[in-house]
Amino acid sequence: MLRHRNLVIGAVLALAFLLAAVVSLFWTPFDVAEIDIANKLKKPGDSIYLFGTDHFGRDILSMIMVGARTSIAVALVAVGIGMLFGVPLGLAAASRHGGVLDELIMRTNDLVFAFPALLIAVMITAVFGPSAINAIIAIGIFNIPVFARLTRGAALSVWQRDFILAARVAGKTATRISLEHILPNLLNLLIVQGTIQFSLGILAEAGLSYVGLGAQPPTPSWGRMLAESQTMISFAPHLALFPGFAIVLTVLGLNLFGDGLRDYFDPRIRRGSR
Amino acid sequence: MLRYILKRLVSLAMTLLVASIIVFLVIEVLPGDPASYMLGLNAQPETVMALREELGLNASKPVRYFTWISGLVTGDFGISYTYRTPVAEMIADRAVISLPLAVYALVLSTLIAFPAGIIAATRRGSAADVSIMGFSQLGVAIPNFWFAMILVTVFAINLRWFSAGGFPGWETGFFNGLKALTLPAIALALPQASILARVMRSSLLDTLGEDFVRSARAKGLSVRQTLWRHALRNALIPVLTIIGLQFSFLLAGAIIIENVFFLPGLGRLIFQGISQRDLIVVESVVMLLVFAVVVVTFLVDVAYAVADPRLRSR
Repeated sequence: MLRHRNLVIGAVLALAFLLAAVVSLFWTPFDVAEIDIANKLKKPGDSIYLFGTDHFGRDILSMIMVGARTSIAVALVAVGIGMLFGVPLGLAAASRHGGVLDELIMRTNDLVFAFPALLIAVMITAVFGPSAINAIIAIGIFNIPVFARLTRGAALSVWQRDFILAARVAGKTATRISLEHILPNLLNLLIVQGTIQFSLGILAEAGLSYVGLGAQPPTPSWGRMLAESQTMISFAPHLALFPGFAIVLTVLGLNLFGDGLRDYFDPRIRRGSR
Repeated sequence: MLRYILKRLVSLAMTLLVASIIVFLVIEVLPGDPASYMLGLNAQPETVMALREELGLNASKPVRYFTWISGLVTGDFGISYTYRTPVAEMIADRAVISLPLAVYALVLSTLIAFPAGIIAATRRGSAADVSIMGFSQLGVAIPNFWFAMILVTVFAINLRWFSAGGFPGWETGFFNGLKALTLPAIALALPQASILARVMRSSLLDTLGEDFVRSARAKGLSVRQTLWRHALRNALIPVLTIIGLQFSFLLAGAIIIENVFFLPGLGRLIFQGISQRDLIVVESVVMLLVFAVVVVTFLVDVAYAVADPRLRSR
């Protein structure tokens, strides 16, 4: 167990926030939509509010729980989009290596990579307006070439293996081989990359909400909590500290979990060598 | 070699061409008519029509695309709808903040990451290695805009070493400008330095395990000589690729960081252009950033091929 320390610490951190998000669906300590000016800007531990309250008297802990839901939902769906489109594209490109389709898919990937993720997000939200859905689409589009490239590269090396030759001799089509033999061999890799993209997605969502391009009020999101706290940071630092810690701990947890999984799946990588 | 460069140049041109069409089409579907936006709610329909004609908004889409793209190529970016000044001038005014900021951050990130990665790799498993890797794990998890807010609170509000935001202009002196960009550059550099230190460490560890390193040691070179003359040079190849890639992250990341520090750079210009329906400004800035990314990627590819001939055949 100790050998997979990263995996355990990461899983505990990530699960804690996942749990907070799920619990927030039916219970939060206080109502996040309720404005209570009499109790505004309470310091943490000053009162019944564990993490204090914001300038509207809303409970920070409750907002962080609901914010976890926003972040996790956006990042998770964005990774889903990336996998849903990226993996089949990568498999198709690898099955016809060097063909027109392969070339087309890889050139399109290069094209998407020419747009820094944030630029895609800015363009999409500029056109369709800021919302959580558009943040998902923006982050998702950026994830597609990431998964396509990874899948293609790994699939190409699996195609060289003897058991694939056997499957071809048995008369299986490229599509069947891709689905029945290639894909199962890529699952570990995809899960690890999925974890990494998930954590990047949480950071991206936070950044987009911070500049006002993500989830819109009244939906609490960590990025917007930070943006709102900025003018009050000198007299109410707790407003900036808690959402920030929430982001750091979630991302850290997912990254450790991803690293741990990679070590777990691939014993050849000695611990800490990479 | 020449053939490789030519091939890459053709693909660079193709990427830029397709990217420009995408940018044009995406920005064209932006809701809201720039002409009516500029004239306000009470404008007469005839006035709006006249202004649309003047701005060239009535021409067909292909005509407008070719006018825009041929302007870009010749350095004429058009006239801003809102400010009635040449877009090229506006971009130039902003770029003197955004570009130095990205370069400053890149330099900082390299200066932090190289020694950190080298120390971690050469003293693998030591307390120094463990703490450098721990810090880098934390560095990639911290959102740079939050780190920026903490920097402002500590170094601008409490210690008063730096200003909390804004840019005094280069004309007030090089060091004043540099000082205003220091906190933003540190905030931008932190996650990049963490990634770079990890790449540096793993690349150097790989190289240190190679046969030629053992040969160098066997012929009597000291550990230090082997490291500097042989291992480091070879370990740098993947590191340089990452540095090239990071440039685009830094340019894009600047969009958010400029907001934290109220820096009037390209990122703020994009936001301003979007909210004022200043299509031509948004189009041109986005295209310029894409151009920068594609060109840097091209240069890295070429540098890579120069360093490693095996890659040219791909």
